[in-house]
Amino acid sequence: MSAAVFSNRWLSPSAWRNLFRDWPLLPLMGLLLVLVIVIQLADPGIVTLPWAGVIMRASVPLAILGGCQTLTMLTGGIDLSVASIASMTGFVTATFVHSPGGWVQGMAIALVAAALAGFVTGIGVGIFRVHPLIMTLAMSFVVLGFANVWQLQMVQTGAGVPGELRWVGSNTLFDVIPYSLLVFVPLTLLILLGLRRTGFGRLLFAIGDNPIAARLSGARSWQVLIALYVLSAVLAGIAGLVISGFTNTASVSLADPYLLPSVAAAVIGGTSIMGGRGGFSGTIVGALILTVLTALLTVLGLPEPTRQIVFGSIIVVVAAAYTRVTSES
Amino acid sequence: MTAAPIIARQGPLDVFVPWARRNAWTLGLVGFLAGLLVYTKLIQASYDASSLQGLAIGVLPLALAAVAQAVVVLSGGIDLSIGSMMALTSVVCATMMKGQSEQFGIGVVVIVLVLGLTLGLINGALVVFTKVPDIVVTLAMSFVWAGCALLVRAAPGGGASDWLKNLVLGSVVSDWVPKSAIVLVVVVAVVWIPISRSMLGLSIYAIGSNRLAAFRCGVPVGQTKISAYVLTGLFSALAGLSLTASTGIGTPVPGPYTLMSVAAVVLGGVSLAGGRGGLFGPIVAVVVLQMIRTDMTFLSIDSNYAYVAQGLILVGVVMVGSFAQMRRSRA
Repeated sequence: MSAAVFSNRWLSPSAWRNLFRDWPLLPLMGLLLVLVIVIQLADPGIVTLPWAGVIMRASVPLAILGGCQTLTMLTGGIDLSVASIASMTGFVTATFVHSPGGWVQGMAIALVAAALAGFVTGIGVGIFRVHPLIMTLAMSFVVLGFANVWQLQMVQTGAGVPGELRWVGSNTLFDVIPYSLLVFVPLTLLILLGLRRTGFGRLLFAIGDNPIAARLSGARSWQVLIALYVLSAVLAGIAGLVISGFTNTASVSLADPYLLPSVAAAVIGGTSIMGGRGGFSGTIVGALILTVLTALLTVLGLPEPTRQIVFGSIIVVVAAAYTRVTSES
Repeated sequence: MTAAPIIARQGPLDVFVPWARRNAWTLGLVGFLAGLLVYTKLIQASYDASSLQGLAIGVLPLALAAVAQAVVVLSGGIDLSIGSMMALTSVVCATMMKGQSEQFGIGVVVIVLVLGLTLGLINGALVVFTKVPDIVVTLAMSFVWAGCALLVRAAPGGGASDWLKNLVLGSVVSDWVPKSAIVLVVVVAVVWIPISRSMLGLSIYAIGSNRLAAFRCGVPVGQTKISAYVLTGLFSALAGLSLTASTGIGTPVPGPYTLMSVAAVVLGGVSLAGGRGGLFGPIVAVVVLQMIRTDMTFLSIDSNYAYVAQGLILVGVVMVGSFAQMRRSRA
């Protein structure tokens, strides 16, 4: 009898649903594993430790930008300015390579500029109650415009990606472990612990889950939102530095292709765009899934258009399956 | 007690004042646009009818994209695949029309419009049946439609029937009435006025302003949402056609239309939460944005500041709007 109950419990769909709801990372890890197996079948011998290093290295900037989206989506927002802020930071840093202050000064200036942009966004969203979509969209225009102006100012001095950034963005230890993990691991710990252990993290969930309840229980949401968008902008800036080191280029539109995938990574990772539900660990797996998927589509030799179509379709399918599996009722 | 004045005679002012109050935002925009036009004439004496025609042709695709976005935003959704749908419909149109007769071109236009309806239907059905948030579905579908556009045509090219090109070129009646402006007004009016007066239009506003209340009043929420997306697809196809008509070719890479259409919709007084606003405001907003760019060129300001200005205007206007609303709700 007990055997029957046991098998029932493990075979019924609702049991799986409960399991997945309690451990939302499980199906994602499963999907990642399936993708890795498929890519190994498609091109036997491709899955090696160096390959894993390449995948990790390519996922790091996407995961950091996905982190920006995760944090803002937890409060029911979104950050469409990450791409232009990331590009701006990488570009401004690169223009300081030949200046007396060196690239470190440039990086400091660029990150302060990013933080300033985030501060203004936070004021708009937190105090003036502008929709985050619009506020960050407008901020991306402003940042892009200023970055272009800066480009014209700097056209004589010339620019180059500093060697140190190239080292962080592109090099790997023993051909396996990318040095960008030196940046990524501390950031990840900061975000994960920040979300779980600190009042700030809980306030993000509270504001996203029920803004009115949060306000009535004494949360000063405008302060939280300003801090959040500054944090998001600085994270985007750091991602921009990694991207410029990874690609060894610096331009004002460098990170643009990352914008939509960063939202997709957070969504696939199980963060609800309505706010209050999700987390950064899912986003990391989401970024890995997207990177492996891109690699798979390349291995399969699909032309670029087909790759885009498959990419988009899979995001819809995964998001739909995820909503179905983890939804209440 | 207050019911009595309804029967009392109404002067024209009694009708006008509430109407003006309801449309204060749009009226303000129109006023601003008029001011901008006068200012443009002042700083650039050579601004004449032909410049106005250029302006009208330039804004036509974005204006139609803004209308497309406005319809779905009114229903409480958002469509981030408008730019990709425009690219797809535009390349399909340009590819099929190249080297074909004028009559065949009419058939192509019909096919492209049906294609637009189908794309919108797929978007809407996915949003409704998967229960995934609109922004995620349409974001993913933007990849799909852009990929399809690249499949149809890998590089810009193709052609357009002469009548299609002539439809937006030049002017009618007077030099000061650009043809493309007439096309815009006619197209939007023909599609939207019958719908906005019908059950469907009311339902779109209803599910946008309060989904649950609309459901409990018997509005078929899912069906209405899909219809809104179908309309968005139709207007996107029209925007794609206007792209082909004004450039004479089809370009498979989506332009900046998606995000610009969101910006124009918000500037045009449509609430992103849904249910509030109209289609006229976004169109005026598109023209205002374009005029500001033109003026900055005339003032020989670095064109890169145009981006900054666009962003600042967007933020400024929205802040003023929400500030006014906050004060109203407090009062």
